[in-house]
Amino acid sequence: MFLINCPFCGERDQSEFSSGGEAHIVRPKQPTELSDDEWAEYLFMRKNIKGIQFERWNHVHGCRKWFNVVRDTSNDKILSVYKMGEKPPVNYK
Amino acid sequence: MPNYRIHKTEYIDETKRVSFKYDGKTYFGYEGDTLASALLANGIHLVGRSFKYHRPRGIVSCGAEEPNAICQIGSKKDLTEPNVRATELELYEGLEASSQNCWPNVKFDIGGINNFISPLIPAGFYYKTFMWPKSFWKKVYEPLIRLSAGLGKSPTEPDPDIYDHKHVHYDVLVIGGGVSGIIAAKMAAKNNLKTLLVDDKKILGGSTIYQNNENIKIDDKLSSEWLKNEIQEIKKLSNLTIKTRTSIAAYHGYNFLLAKENLTDHLPEEKKKNKIRQRLWKIRAKKVVIATGSIERPLVFNNNDRPGILLSNSINKYLDYYGVTCGENIILFTNNDSAYETSISLHKKGIKNIIVDLRKSASSELIKQAESLGIKIYFNHVVTNTFGYRKINSLEIMKLSEDGNTTVGNKIRLSCDCLGMSGGWTPMVHMHTQSGGKLDFRDEDQVFLPKEKSEDQISVGSCNGDFDLENIIDKTVNKINKFLDIDNQDYQETNIICSKENDKRNIWLLPNKIPLGKTKCFIDFQNDSTAKDIKLALKEGFRSIEHVKRYTTTGMATDQGKLSNMHALGIIADTAGVKMGTLGTTTFRPPFTPLTFGTLVGRNVGKFFEVVRKTSMHEWHVENNAEFENVGQWKRPWYYAKNGENMHDAVQRESKAARDSAGILDASTLGKIDIQGTDASEFLNRVYTNAWSKLAIGKCRYGLMLNEDGMVYDDGVTTRISENHYLMTTTTGGAANVLSKLEDYLQTEWPELDVYLTSVTDHYSTASICGPNSKKILNKLFPNLDLSDENFPHMSFKEDKLENINCRIMRISFTGELSYEINIESKYGNSLWKMCIEAGKEFNLTPYGTETMHLLRAEKGFIIVGQDTDGTMTPSDLQMDWIVSKKKYDFIGKRSLYRSDTIREDRKQLVGLLTDDPKEILEEGAQIVSDIKSKPIDMLGHVTSSYFSPNLNKSIALAVVRSGKTMKGQKLIIPMENKNINVTVSDTIFLDKENKRLNA
Ligand SMILES: [Zn+2]
Repeated sequence: MFLINCPFCGERDQSEFSSGGEAHIVRPKQPTELSDDEWAEYLFMRKNIKGIQFERWNHVHGCRKWFNVVRDTSNDKILSVYKMGEKPPVNYK
Repeated sequence: MPNYRIHKTEYIDETKRVSFKYDGKTYFGYEGDTLASALLANGIHLVGRSFKYHRPRGIVSCGAEEPNAICQIGSKKDLTEPNVRATELELYEGLEASSQNCWPNVKFDIGGINNFISPLIPAGFYYKTFMWPKSFWKKVYEPLIRLSAGLGKSPTEPDPDIYDHKHVHYDVLVIGGGVSGIIAAKMAAKNNLKTLLVDDKKILGGSTIYQNNENIKIDDKLSSEWLKNEIQEIKKLSNLTIKTRTSIAAYHGYNFLLAKENLTDHLPEEKKKNKIRQRLWKIRAKKVVIATGSIERPLVFNNNDRPGILLSNSINKYLDYYGVTCGENIILFTNNDSAYETSISLHKKGIKNIIVDLRKSASSELIKQAESLGIKIYFNHVVTNTFGYRKINSLEIMKLSEDGNTTVGNKIRLSCDCLGMSGGWTPMVHMHTQSGGKLDFRDEDQVFLPKEKSEDQISVGSCNGDFDLENIIDKTVNKINKFLDIDNQDYQETNIICSKENDKRNIWLLPNKIPLGKTKCFIDFQNDSTAKDIKLALKEGFRSIEHVKRYTTTGMATDQGKLSNMHALGIIADTAGVKMGTLGTTTFRPPFTPLTFGTLVGRNVGKFFEVVRKTSMHEWHVENNAEFENVGQWKRPWYYAKNGENMHDAVQRESKAARDSAGILDASTLGKIDIQGTDASEFLNRVYTNAWSKLAIGKCRYGLMLNEDGMVYDDGVTTRISENHYLMTTTTGGAANVLSKLEDYLQTEWPELDVYLTSVTDHYSTASICGPNSKKILNKLFPNLDLSDENFPHMSFKEDKLENINCRIMRISFTGELSYEINIESKYGNSLWKMCIEAGKEFNLTPYGTETMHLLRAEKGFIIVGQDTDGTMTPSDLQMDWIVSKKKYDFIGKRSLYRSDTIREDRKQLVGLLTDDPKEILEEGAQIVSDIKSKPIDMLGHVTSSYFSPNLNKSIALAVVRSGKTMKGQKLIIPMENKNINVTVSDTIFLDKENKRLNA
């Protein structure tokens, strides 16, 4: 059970959060300009990494804020958390 | 009755005699006993039958590793409990226990016949034998296996006991209250760290607490005396919490651990009442110290499973802790020094004993002491066989060859009534590995030790492979100082004297002149697997330990192989000719010892199982015979059974009344989201398929919400209350998810929008009045409100007061009737409802439930998201293209509406179905076909909603059918179990296509 450091509330138990999948997938500004393949890439394709992964989490039973998490999926360690709109920490790739 | 209690100890209170029943017979023990120690004091070793061969089995150990002495406690249907280890069960007055797995009784056991046909039951026997013929499985094999096997009986009635959960946070958690755990806890707590020390036993002290050998001393005192003093010291520390009778069940990531505390299991029945039985501790610790000790290993030789054969150190504990001797003529069979402590202690109490030692010779203080006491020692000897049916009565030993691979010389027969075995010690690395830690193998004494770790934890004491006291204390102190980054000097001056073991010799499978196939060298006592089984598995090609384990069932019983896994690994390594360290181990999975379901569930039983949401009108519904339906967590009136009518009759009456005069529905459960901000209109434009910018203040609009994949997600009516203020309604079940989804878009995709969302579902109660007379009822409630179609048309909103309380009134309709929804602050909901009922009396205002609501909307062809849709329906599939704006540049899901797949014409589409026989009601979920003869039958779709409409006096249904849009008028077939129902595809709207009734 993770301990997640919500950027707004501090460290809380994982049971207060819900995961929102891969981070930094930006909704296309002009979806109608996209081909089926381009739209499918946005809609369906997600990475499934063993190692450092950027994820979205929502403090759903807390402040209800969405934020980003850097997690090593090989050992479940959360390496960093940062707010929506902020750039991912440069030391992780 | 024999009495094997031969001396007094401080842990047994001989002034408190306790009577208990075992297998129906009454015995006596004392407060402080476990069931096992009390049985041994009464001379009882035989406690069960083995699982496969039904061989007599006795108590083997004194702790959690016990494979044989598992029993059924009590006989009450609600309180009986199987698989309790007698070695851990504290004795209490009135305890009733019985042996398991030995029908008809422990002394005469029909299954014992298996013992004589055992050459026929090799490894994988069950897999091989019960495979064929297939027809035998249900009638012959399964009943046979069930009758002769079985591990206890589960209770058949609900558990009346109370269980509890507790969440705690500590700086340091110390697991295990032996000498190293006590030192670690003291060092941490004295350094101002909030510390928790847990131990599964009744008292702290581990195996040192009954230590009484004068070769092992600390500060000139017996180690047990020194430790008692330490325990007194730590009890005074204010920031140390000590929890005994508490065992760690699981070590999860992020130093999150689960512990089970036993609170009443040791109390007599009358004292258990109304108390919490067990508590699950959910522990978050910044740092964890693992001091779980080690378990003595058995030795693997022929007939090593007879009652009276125990672990050597357990004999020592029964003697020095419980005052009980396991025999009067004891042989100790060992490959290490620890059995000598047992021997010396037995000798001192006048119990005759001799030692058989695998080692060629050995020298240490302990061995010198044993020799000087005149204890007979057979070095370089091995036990080759044992005798005695219900209890061991003698054994044979032989000399070992130089290389230890075989025996030489003549057999020597020795009589005995008890055999202690010690094959060395296995560090308890369970916690370390559960936390994600890796293991290293130490060849010298063949142990796995903690290596890399992924959590902030450390192993100290014998679970880290430090076995003598000097090593344990010195290393623990050093490691804890480093681990906690402190500089504790408490043990700087501590002077430790102990005997040092110098000689080691380990043989996993002891040699024998008898061929292995004719021996019974048990590895796993509880699952009855032998060395022969392991070798057979290897011969048959199994290599991975995980496979051998499953094929032979070694280590898969309730004891999880605590005594057997190492031997299985060792024999595999020897047979395969590989180094043991290269094989890896099986996975150590939680729980360490079994947990009760009660502990896991805690208080969340009965009415606390799930949250129940009730509207403020709930009591009225109960008083008026409502049957309730669960919608999410909500209780919604399903129908009102007036004068004992059944559901069909009630629904027919309710829906007729709603169309003929007036009906009232509690609509409070619909999700309500308050939307405010200067960009609220733009936001709605983006989340709904239709256009919102032009909705006038005071008007309402129906909206359809899609997922980004273009599939219908939710629907509802949204009202513009003022320029920048909307009230959105959602489906009852979708409310929370819709809010989450909208928040997600606002926070992550469109943070530039000035929009604020607040859930107000619980803040407002809603009474929905529909029917031709609804306007008259509204007029009585709100006499000052102009209800004319000009002032208050369909899809509009007004505010008015009901006895000074503000109400929001929407003229919207989900039934197709003239209809008003009155919203009021929830605390006035019940009053509002009663006032509506009162005002409606003269118009036969009829309360109706969800079933009638579903029927009424189906007559109008209105969909229910989640019933007529299933996450694969686009607006077009639902024949709702009219609600999808062509002009809007973008909205959630728009791009997906013209993907190649979503524009396919043969998608399943919503249609109406009319049965040829208007009385025939279709089953929801029934499959639809056009050609009954083709094979395989081509499935076209299924029925989603189906009712008998009293207003149309015929059966109506909605269905999704492949290419349904083009099939109007076509005949289809619904094949049922015993008949085929003929239907015709129709329009989805069955009643009032012109919407005249909205303005009736
Ligand atoms: Zn938060």
